[in-house]
Amino acid sequence: MGNWFERQRNIIDFTLSSLVRRKGKNLALLLVYTLLVFLLASVMFFTHALRKEASLVLQGAPEMVVQRMAAGRHELVPRRYLGMIKGIKGVSGARGRLWGYYFDPVMSANYTMVVPEDHPLGAGSISIGQGISRSRLARVGDFIPFRRYDGTPMVLTVREVLTTGSELVSSDLILVSEGDFRKLFGMAPDLYTDIVLSVRNAKEVATAAQKVQKLLPDTRPIMKSEILRTYDTIFDWRSGIIVVILSSAVLAFIIFAWDKASGLSAEERKEIGILKAIGWETSDVLLMKFWEGAAVSLSSFLAGVLFAYIHVFFTPVMLFEPVLKGWSTLYPSFKLVPFISPYQVAMLFFLTVVPYTVATIVPSWRAATIDPDSVMRS
Amino acid sequence: MILHPAIIALLVASILIAALVLYAFWYGVKILRSWDLRSGSSLQLELERRTYLISTVLAYVFGFQIASLFLLIYTADSLSTLFTGAMCAAGTFNVNAYGYPLLVLKLINFLLAGLWLIVNYADNQAYDYPLIRKKYALLLLLGPFIVLETFLQARYFLGMRPDVITSCCGSLFSVNSSGVAADLASLPAVPLQYAFTAIMAAAIALGVAVAVTGRGGYALFVAAGMAFIIGIASLISFISPAVYELPTHHCPFCVLQKEYGYIGYLFYAALLGGAVTGMGAGGLNPFRSVPSLVVIIPSLQRKLAFISILFHIFTSLLTLAAVFRSNLRW
Repeated sequence: MGNWFERQRNIIDFTLSSLVRRKGKNLALLLVYTLLVFLLASVMFFTHALRKEASLVLQGAPEMVVQRMAAGRHELVPRRYLGMIKGIKGVSGARGRLWGYYFDPVMSANYTMVVPEDHPLGAGSISIGQGISRSRLARVGDFIPFRRYDGTPMVLTVREVLTTGSELVSSDLILVSEGDFRKLFGMAPDLYTDIVLSVRNAKEVATAAQKVQKLLPDTRPIMKSEILRTYDTIFDWRSGIIVVILSSAVLAFIIFAWDKASGLSAEERKEIGILKAIGWETSDVLLMKFWEGAAVSLSSFLAGVLFAYIHVFFTPVMLFEPVLKGWSTLYPSFKLVPFISPYQVAMLFFLTVVPYTVATIVPSWRAATIDPDSVMRS
Repeated sequence: MILHPAIIALLVASILIAALVLYAFWYGVKILRSWDLRSGSSLQLELERRTYLISTVLAYVFGFQIASLFLLIYTADSLSTLFTGAMCAAGTFNVNAYGYPLLVLKLINFLLAGLWLIVNYADNQAYDYPLIRKKYALLLLLGPFIVLETFLQARYFLGMRPDVITSCCGSLFSVNSSGVAADLASLPAVPLQYAFTAIMAAAIALGVAVAVTGRGGYALFVAAGMAFIIGIASLISFISPAVYELPTHHCPFCVLQKEYGYIGYLFYAALLGGAVTGMGAGGLNPFRSVPSLVVIIPSLQRKLAFISILFHIFTSLLTLAAVFRSNLRW
């Protein structure tokens, strides 16, 4: 056993020193390899962090939302639906929600207007998110003019600017009182945007959804688990698309690696010829090539992952951000929580190291089976 | 299909592995047809060189195979949120008919590749390639299996349809489709505990017999294979519930999670390692009488048997620890 280790150690020693001897050629390979790992790792880290953020936000979402549909479009829900849903067994509570979007022509941005449930606001006053406060330079006590549905102006006072902690969700948010909301959008007093309900037993959510659907055929119930699932798929899909696009880069890299490995310089061929002449076997040369590949892969892989980690978590993510995150005029600024898992590393390994290794097997073998006499005679 | 980076990684890797194996398969056929050690023709010389390439290829395939097995399980686990009724990898593998056959085939291929490497190692020790035809015949068996695995994996992933919100209706899709069964059929715990104890004792005893006297190779082959199958059955039947401390939870995949200290990796590694080394030691038995291997094989068998004993003892200790540390009692 000790013998075996000694042999490996000697071969690694030799391999590393011969790698260093050919700095130029190997540096180019290392650079390209690192860049590829960096790109793929950035995509993965970033998507994972966004997914995590989204799932944290959705944790507080209601178990189920019921929307009314008319002619395939989202419609306002009449108040009597609320009473009917409350009568369903297993439903522990239901509440009508009022929310909507307001387009601000000054900033060309959409605001989300919500009537809060447990945050009573007096008539004429609003709370605004950080994003709006930043772009409109509005602070507590300032007035913000709005245009009502019929074109007449309506001025509301900022009572509070929402804290930064919740910026991902509250950046473009305006909290408004029920009366002001109905006046602004001209909504009749017995209508709601949609209904949220809670179910006593989490296992019965699907059954409750079925009952709602049966009782009120023109509604669609949406469960929280479905929203989470849809978010997961969207983020997976977005990162998958980028990986597919980058696969052309992976392919180019494979060809590059193949070319580098098979294009042995005369000096390298001579070196292998001499090694074989002094008693190295084909398997020893193959072992040397294995360690060479391992050294190149390991250093590029570690460097690529490290750079990607810094890129995603400690700098504004310049590459990929618009595609992966989605876009909006009032996009929140938020810090991602650094996270890296063995799973992501394994995925990266399969996307980069495995193709590299496969591409270099045959060239390494070709190099290892060089005839010593033919090399030294030439 | 779900465009998940891990799925792309697995598909790419399996296609590359299949391509490598097919390449080796092609030269395997050539070697089987025209290998003649006494000839000094350029074809023979070329084939002798190719054997180095094929052993290297198979060694990499073996390594990638085990890594992709765990990546597959982990991916299935992380995809479980996309399917109603799937709580973990067990449910995701049930999403369509290809999931479990794929998993079983992956395990078989791992064992076959391991056995091939052991036969190859023994063959390379001798000066005259005595096992060359046998080992390439084994490769002809492995090749189609690997290709089939790639095919099943592609069908499995391409056939996935996540239950997400569609514009026409919300939850109704998910409610009406019955959802995937996440439960696995499990054998009764108590008889299996006896079977597990018996087979582990047998595998260890036979390992000792082979390691000390060099006899009992065939029996060890059978015992190591059985130990693997009964080991997996036990994992589903009583070891997993003991780890989770939940008599109804039989999932053999959740043990791989962080919540249980990654104990599953140790367990699978020990089971797979014991099976490959034990079956390898036994599988070499018919070649003991080959003249150029008379010295090599018995010593190799002894080494393998010794390693298989260690693996089986480790599996047993791990199981004992899991069952007795658990608050679950039968």
